[in-house]
Amino acid sequence: MGKAWKFGHDIDTDVILPARYLNKSTPEHLAAHCMEDAGTGFAQEVQVGDIMVGGKNFGCGSSREHAPIAIKACGIKVVIAESFARIFYRNALNIGLPIMECPEAVAGISIGDEIEVDLAMGIIENRTTSKQFQARSFPPFMQDLIEAGGLIPYVKGRSKNA
Amino acid sequence: MSMTISEKILAQHAGLEEVIPGQLITAKLDLVLANDVTGPVAIQEFQKFGTDKVFDSKKVALVPDHFAPNKDILSAEQCKVMRDFARNHEIEHYFEVGRMGIEHCLLPEQGLTLPGDLIIGADSHTCTYGAVGAFATGVGSTDLAAGLATGEAWFRVPESMKFIFRGTNFQKWVGGKDLILYLIGKLGVDGARYRAMEFTGDGISALSMDHRFTICNMAIEAGAKNGIIAPDEKTFAYLEGRARRSYPLLYSDKDAHYMDIQEFDVSEIPLQVSFPHSPENAKSVQEASGIKIDQVVIGSCTNGRLEDLRLAADILRGKKVHPEIRLLVFPGTQTIMREAMREGIIETLIEAGAAVSTPTCGPCLGGHMGILAKGERAVSTTNRNFVGRMGHVESEIYLANPAVAAASAIKGQIAHPEEVS
Repeated sequence: MGKAWKFGHDIDTDVILPARYLNKSTPEHLAAHCMEDAGTGFAQEVQVGDIMVGGKNFGCGSSREHAPIAIKACGIKVVIAESFARIFYRNALNIGLPIMECPEAVAGISIGDEIEVDLAMGIIENRTTSKQFQARSFPPFMQDLIEAGGLIPYVKGRSKNA
Repeated sequence: MSMTISEKILAQHAGLEEVIPGQLITAKLDLVLANDVTGPVAIQEFQKFGTDKVFDSKKVALVPDHFAPNKDILSAEQCKVMRDFARNHEIEHYFEVGRMGIEHCLLPEQGLTLPGDLIIGADSHTCTYGAVGAFATGVGSTDLAAGLATGEAWFRVPESMKFIFRGTNFQKWVGGKDLILYLIGKLGVDGARYRAMEFTGDGISALSMDHRFTICNMAIEAGAKNGIIAPDEKTFAYLEGRARRSYPLLYSDKDAHYMDIQEFDVSEIPLQVSFPHSPENAKSVQEASGIKIDQVVIGSCTNGRLEDLRLAADILRGKKVHPEIRLLVFPGTQTIMREAMREGIIETLIEAGAAVSTPTCGPCLGGHMGILAKGERAVSTTNRNFVGRMGHVESEIYLANPAVAAASAIKGQIAHPEEVS
């Protein structure tokens, strides 16, 4: 169970990880500056197991993989949004950051709510309001990729079987 | 079955007769691109594959342009990681400072992006190459690493949207930048999310390649996977002397399916300015008139080409940059810089009071060479005006074309070019 951090629509990767910190790519460095320009004190106060909630088009803008790496390195268990920008969507899965598209859950979660998430079943439970939401599940192709632990092990596994 | 140009390119590279939107495919790549920010992360992931060779050292392009020339020690280390990798793997298309350019200006200029190509780049503005009729899309570093190792990538075939620009009677100074800002203003920043944007009509045919690059460059700002313009006589003329391999000629079938078709009359599109903090906040330049600014940036992968500089110089010739304005100009490549020197453009710009830099992404992403202080405002020909994009979180960016940017530099406030001519 984790606390919800909620952000708005069109959260871009410059906000998630400002370019001025792209001169180094270690997860610890990136985590320290995650969401810095949103001005919420996120990086200082986030706890391992917390969840991030966004509106539509989450992760738009730059292709920098540093953005999902930063979120994951902060200890965020899952990002729930109304929708994701496509490059961020790929990047998150490729590095093993779970993401869920669920507009109903986004509408039903407020800042600070206690949230329980069952990734395998796609179930999001708001313990604060006692409401439950069903997220869209991934297509089979994507499930294989996630099960393999991301793109690199997935491709490695495939080339071995070829 | 009838297909769009985007679907045909994907089908051909997947070895399939046809593809349909939503289909997941694995396809062969013609070019794989990274820069000094995304490259080092991709190289780190590449090394996890346990393979010691890139799939084809002639089909990889590595360009140090974001924080290059090295802006600080950490950036120098990142550039070195990419340089060492390029040497160890004998990467043919590694471009060193002094011979490099902003990647999306440089690679087409070098003839590395051709019609019908399938290209991935670890940079979101990779979609620029759609201007020559390639299917080109931005990816992250891990996707890029897989591409480096295997020469393949997986794709979800996108639904196509068609945007028809009718007429050739453009308002004075209106160009590709205004068309794309206007369109993003209508669609919103996720209006083409996951889609292929196909630009067509006699309005597009009338535009030069430089304007077409600007349009396709910003397809990502509407959330698109790619932007594309079918090759025509202007494309062939541009490729003459650049292309070093043959390329297929692919065109959308007349009865190809589009999820949306929108038409615009170019004569109705005025000069555009996108207000902070989103490219979708596009308004006519009149609505921005009089907004005080501190800095003007002309350049970037969006508007750093020769015609952009020529346009700025036409406005600035014989004029002076306002005493309270810093005008920064970033030619897209060394070749563009040299051409601009030969034409007297650089002379004109410097005479007017501009600072002209070697090619770099520089301030576009708040890297270096023109960072904004708290409360400062810039007019910029770049592609993004997100919060903090060019510096302090409380600075502001107004996106515009080079003519509006140059006029604003003279006036010290956002201005219509008519006001200074």
